[in-house]
Amino acid sequence: MQQRQNQTASPSRTPAKNDPPAVQALLIALTLLFFAGFIFMPLALVFSQALSKGWQLYLDAIREPVALEAVKLTLLTAAIVVPINAVFGVTAAWAISKFTFKGKTLLVSLLDLPFAVSPVIAGLIFVLLLGSRTPFGSWLGEHGIKIIFATPGIVIATLFVTFPFVARELIPLMESQGREEEEAAITLGAGGWRLFRMVTLPNIGWGLMYGMVLCTARSIGEFGAVSVVSGHIRGMTNTIPLHVEILYSEYNYTASFAVASILVFLALVTIGVKALLEKQLEGNHNTRH
Amino acid sequence: MSIELRNITKRFPGYTALDNISLSVATGELIALLGPSGCGKTTLLRIIAGLETADTGSIILENRDTTNLPARSKNVGFVFQHYALFRRLNVFDNVAFGLTVKPAAERPSKQEIADRVMHLLKLVQMEWAAKRYPSQLSGGQRQRIALARALAVNPKVLLLDEPFSALDAKVRQELRRWLRKLHDDIRVTSIFVTHDQEEALELADRIVVINKGKIEQEGTPQEVYDHPANSFVYNFLGNVNVFHGRVRNGKVVLGQRLPEEHSELNGHEVKTGQAFIRPHDIGISRIRNGNDHPGIIRDIRLTGSQITLELESAGFDRPIEAEISRESWRNLELTKGDEVFITLDKVRVFTGDFEI
Amino acid sequence: MRYRFRPFPFSSIANMHLFSKRQRRILPGFGLSMGYTVFYLSAIVLVPLSTIVISTFGIEPERFLAAVSSPRVLASYRLSLSSAFFAAIFDAGAGFLTAWTLTRYRFPGKRILDAFVDLPFALPTAVAGICFATLYSPAALPGQVLSRFGIELANTPAGIVVALIFIGFPFVVRTVQPVIAELETEIEEAAQSLGASRWQTFRKILFPHLFPALLTGVTLAFARSIGEYGSVIFIAGNLPFKTEIAPLMIMSKLDQFDYDGASAVAFVLLLISFIMLLVLNGVQRWQQKAYR
Repeated sequence: MQQRQNQTASPSRTPAKNDPPAVQALLIALTLLFFAGFIFMPLALVFSQALSKGWQLYLDAIREPVALEAVKLTLLTAAIVVPINAVFGVTAAWAISKFTFKGKTLLVSLLDLPFAVSPVIAGLIFVLLLGSRTPFGSWLGEHGIKIIFATPGIVIATLFVTFPFVARELIPLMESQGREEEEAAITLGAGGWRLFRMVTLPNIGWGLMYGMVLCTARSIGEFGAVSVVSGHIRGMTNTIPLHVEILYSEYNYTASFAVASILVFLALVTIGVKALLEKQLEGNHNTRH
Repeated sequence: MSIELRNITKRFPGYTALDNISLSVATGELIALLGPSGCGKTTLLRIIAGLETADTGSIILENRDTTNLPARSKNVGFVFQHYALFRRLNVFDNVAFGLTVKPAAERPSKQEIADRVMHLLKLVQMEWAAKRYPSQLSGGQRQRIALARALAVNPKVLLLDEPFSALDAKVRQELRRWLRKLHDDIRVTSIFVTHDQEEALELADRIVVINKGKIEQEGTPQEVYDHPANSFVYNFLGNVNVFHGRVRNGKVVLGQRLPEEHSELNGHEVKTGQAFIRPHDIGISRIRNGNDHPGIIRDIRLTGSQITLELESAGFDRPIEAEISRESWRNLELTKGDEVFITLDKVRVFTGDFEI
Repeated sequence: MRYRFRPFPFSSIANMHLFSKRQRRILPGFGLSMGYTVFYLSAIVLVPLSTIVISTFGIEPERFLAAVSSPRVLASYRLSLSSAFFAAIFDAGAGFLTAWTLTRYRFPGKRILDAFVDLPFALPTAVAGICFATLYSPAALPGQVLSRFGIELANTPAGIVVALIFIGFPFVVRTVQPVIAELETEIEEAAQSLGASRWQTFRKILFPHLFPALLTGVTLAFARSIGEYGSVIFIAGNLPFKTEIAPLMIMSKLDQFDYDGASAVAFVLLLISFIMLLVLNGVQRWQQKAYR
């Protein structure tokens, strides 16, 4: 359990002997140009398109029952998926960061597997596993349980896609914190649950929240995997991104962008919260000297 | 007996950390486990605390076999090298932790906990910091809080793992003296681990020197320093001159001079041996006495209150270091290149392989 | 100094057993947390992924080959790989530039820009998709401007590259940024005191030091782009042989209930992804070595 030194450079280190001002100006201008074209222009487009026919139509598009159903399903999915994956993330990070065992490296790389898989394949595997064509799927069908082309399918596919987020944030954080505090708590007589609640959980709070924010954002926005398993049943199995796609393919651009603006708004909240949490986490690392 | 270790052995893949260690510690004693890094001393401490398990052997704390007791039930206070304070709890809650996690039946009332915590904070002179967080304290302050936290549960024994090594020299000295005084006041049986011989000599009632998983010697600081049991202990405690020589019929040949007698070597055959002598046990004079070796001063260094001389003498395989007081340096009017006479008293000779 | 564990050499099985059995129990909950981790990993990831392999091995070899080597499917692989490649190359430049200006320079709005680097992570891919499709359609101003310069993005591979640039961008910035931040100014000062110009210092000292991280970021962006779906299909137009990406082929085979075909195409795509994962592992190992 090595002492973690304060490795990050002090912010005042922008050296005077840095690049010449002309070079700086040019590079900053190029960066701004890239952001303008690739980041800000699309954002601006969403709102200009959404409001192109006035507030009334914008609000109508959002308040339409089918759209509201999509919002409901999306939130339901996130509300199920995020806690499950958060519990898993904490559990996995506990096992991996606090103990020594054979095959740890392998386990850590397996946790990252869903990131390497195309979203479409993420949907496909659950169709292959649970679809009505398979023995298991038809058995479920006979008992009146529908997973693929129904809400459970969407939840499961989203579980897969967002699987690594929390664990990925927590493992390096908990590894850097070491075992000493837990060991100290044990010599003072604390048992498993208290130890976790009073010592470990407060230490990983910000990291856990960070992971959950990323997990939430992805579960709300997931498109490819959900598209495969949803079956596109209007008002039944449509999430917000799927609803955006349907409106768009029906040439109902204004409504499509109106609904998309909800997602943009959520994305902006996400990056805002993310930036705030990163600041917290930085402080978290630096409190150990 | 407060702590009794019987035949503790601990192997890690590839090497043995502790090899059949037995040790007794009397109630109220302050013991230093002294040894180079990697010698197994921290492992031993962690085994006593239950933070690690021995492969064989048993640990008896106050006449109770605690070998298989989990760490949380051992009632042992442990002070970590890097303090291991709970960074999300303030100082008060850190110290109170051990009391608040007790089962409801044994837990003191809120008021009792508060009284005890404040009492301990006063003891470690930190009562002003109750509401602070660990990150707001200096290293020395954190270490005192860690100590108060460990004492809060009235531990049977207090274990300290290199408690001062993360602190800078000045704070380390202050804290060392303060800890000695604290121990004299509260008299809780304590073991601390260190690789710093000075710390062990100054602080401990008894020193246990460990090397490569084995106990080399145990005794009071004076015993260990003045009568090292073997070449390792001699070398590890304090500066020392080591000379290689041949031993014949109980006599060791040193320099060009006549052999010196060493009764403990009687009966030994011809053997190589090492002669040890501490720099401050070397006498320097301008006039030759019977057994002195002639030598030339090659270098003079000022080391604080002392003067270190580097001497060359025919027949010695390396330069001799001698320490003399400033006063005798002035009286003898020594300068570089002077010829002097060297008196070697208190030479200890060990045969066998020399090892560090 | 404190005693530390030596690297674990797995030398003797007997020791191994002792070590793992008795060592672990100091902190609580290993069995429970490990058991749950392995169970959940298997249930959500490993078992479902294995269905691709199982169902692919259930197909006769000739049909498998026919499915994955049909000209249309081959064209889609080629398109996915090449557009991901070009996008990654572009991201290398744009990402490095952004990472450099954001860590090295001071200018108003820097913090906001830094936060917006993550937009492609946070924005649902479908939204990005309809944005680019609308922006570069012949009906919209940016599309019209570009087509005056002879650049057509709607329904072309170039449009796919644009979408993938957006997707891969944060991967490069976020891997390079911390390494630039940790660069020691002493190195630059030393180079300059030895007489190197600013550009020489960058080219001979800084860039070689940052290169492993850049490569890691580019590989991540590339790997992500190969499987990307939502942001691409809108601007691509999905013309057979021309702008159909590999994930879309899986989708359209599924729409026709051709499960075997879909698994076969997916199997090859997965294989490519895993190869990328291995490459990435190698790159990261090299990166770590480079910074030791």
